[in-house]
Amino acid sequence: MADNTLLEVKNLKMHFPIEDGAIFKKQVGAIRAIDGIDFHIEKGETLGLVGESGCGKSTTARCIAQLHKPTGGEVLFNGVDLCGASEHDLLQARKGIQMVFQDPYASLNPRMTAGNIIAEPMIIYRQRRMLEISKKEISNRVEDLMEKVGLNRHFKNRYPHEFSGGQRQRIGVARALALNPKLILADEPVSALDVSIQSQILNLLGDLQKEFDLTFLFIAHDLAVIQHISTRVAVMYLGKIVEIAKAEELYKKPLHPYTEALMSAVPIPDPDVERNRKRIILTGDVPSPDKERFGCYFYDRCPKKMEYCKTNIPQLKTIDGKHQVACFLHGK
Amino acid sequence: MSDVILKVDDLRTYFNTDDGIVKAVDGVSFDLKKGEMLGIVGESGSGKSVTNLSLMKLIPSPPGKIMSGTAMLDGEDIFKMNDSEIRKLRGNRIGMIFQDPMTSLNPFLRISTQMIETIVLHQGKDKDAARERAVEMLEMVGIPNPEARINDYPHQFSGGMRQRVMIAMALSCDPEILIADEPTSALDVTIQAQIIEVMQALCRKLNTAVIMITHDLGVVAGICDTVCVMYAGRIVEKGSNDEIFKDPKHPYTQGLIKSVPRLDQPTKERLYSIEGQPPNVIDLPECCPFHPRCEKAMDKCKNTYPPLKVFGDGREVRCWLYEEEK
Repeated sequence: MADNTLLEVKNLKMHFPIEDGAIFKKQVGAIRAIDGIDFHIEKGETLGLVGESGCGKSTTARCIAQLHKPTGGEVLFNGVDLCGASEHDLLQARKGIQMVFQDPYASLNPRMTAGNIIAEPMIIYRQRRMLEISKKEISNRVEDLMEKVGLNRHFKNRYPHEFSGGQRQRIGVARALALNPKLILADEPVSALDVSIQSQILNLLGDLQKEFDLTFLFIAHDLAVIQHISTRVAVMYLGKIVEIAKAEELYKKPLHPYTEALMSAVPIPDPDVERNRKRIILTGDVPSPDKERFGCYFYDRCPKKMEYCKTNIPQLKTIDGKHQVACFLHGK
Repeated sequence: MSDVILKVDDLRTYFNTDDGIVKAVDGVSFDLKKGEMLGIVGESGSGKSVTNLSLMKLIPSPPGKIMSGTAMLDGEDIFKMNDSEIRKLRGNRIGMIFQDPMTSLNPFLRISTQMIETIVLHQGKDKDAARERAVEMLEMVGIPNPEARINDYPHQFSGGMRQRVMIAMALSCDPEILIADEPTSALDVTIQAQIIEVMQALCRKLNTAVIMITHDLGVVAGICDTVCVMYAGRIVEKGSNDEIFKDPKHPYTQGLIKSVPRLDQPTKERLYSIEGQPPNVIDLPECCPFHPRCEKAMDKCKNTYPPLKVFGDGREVRCWLYEEEK
């Protein structure tokens, strides 16, 4: 199993400082966006990461790509720790990690043509002398990539505003594929799209994964989308991973009370099912991650909380095989 | 028939742009009964929001213009009202909730100021009575400690709480109709479940009719009585909630329902997807706007817009598939 691991994240922490003081800035606290998470991604699989807004999903992706320098922990990509790597090693490794962003309107430069956007990663790595490719080859590859993601190659010279939302997301996917990456960090790639377009992009990502043997970290807040695309699923809450399991297993038998509540809150497009469902409605909102916690992070909203949870932090424990959960109700 | 409170007939709202006339809403008709929950589903640009902004006469004009149509509210046509009559209607007889609760509340004013203003203006109560009413409403939507919270500013509330304040405000004058434009789209699922529960319970209690605009089929399935599916400015299918989901007739509705991954029916196969893009509604030729994406398209679809086929029980479809006999 160890040989098959592409990415391993160990005790990753990302605390954003809160500063105060008019002239002399001093740190008065920290937003604990990620507060010690561990997981790994195997080659060829899709790890789905779900959670509500503010739970640290996007920060996790950004820390893996080293767009934020994590406060602590390790990110091992192919065995190399990216957090402590030299700049050259990091650039080399990053060739294998690419991102697809949520908002196809904001993530494409409006002044560049679609062709230039897709070519840019190759041009940059060529300038760094880390990629041997001629200008002609780049241009051919851009056209190939456009066809691969279902765009007409004649649209190369068009600007982003001339494309619809779904087509723009295809440009984003083509750009991510340009450097032949191993791992794609997809940060809510379908959330901004309409239902009929969403299924097109999900199918495209599935096809590309098979064709190029890609590994995905797929972030979404939509549980049904995650279930469809993922091999394994990790559920995050307030900067912690509360549960990781095989997709089928997690959806069949969620162990953590938060996962249970999350699943029961998802509306299902079928009136019969909706009428007969039992909903667990959580009270309150997600608390702010700005203070250190000494008990279970979910304590305030948990319908099954116990006195013990208030003062002890549950660790991720493995229960029957590969199902990991961080809750005192399980695996005593 | 007497329990129909709002009857919209052949509403057309067009926008004049440099590229041509955008027919955002092009002949929409529906009835809203007392206490009914009507869902309007469709993709972005299908005209759901414009339909409802038209009903409140909130379309910026120019460039927008309500070209034709009537909206009868208790025998009075909303579109024929003058500005002062409309002002009496908005917030009083028709309440509205918008998608983003942060931008629809005034950040400079306390919640109390904003709520009391509405109540004093429309109900003619004095300030103290209005305040009492506002506190009562906040309590009904489940805001803890409403006597104190009413003096807070909008930024002191979380997203879900702000949406509750919006609901309280919209319902504070006992409107007959509540228009909810994507009320939960900006919220997380657990908060969405809370808000929907509050809205549903409160509207049933006050017997308020609701027009719920959303792109989320799951939300519609959960709470609506009747569903209208919109595509390119027109209602392509209408029917009761059960019928629409169990037996969708229009190929677009069928595709829409099939293309959503379902939590209770996982599949690892490819998702069904409707190919292509929604059409540009500028200068649409006289044809079924869905035909380029339709699997069942026929020659007829390319030349003429399908007429309305009525099946009874409020079931209506606009598709040539059901017009064979002629």
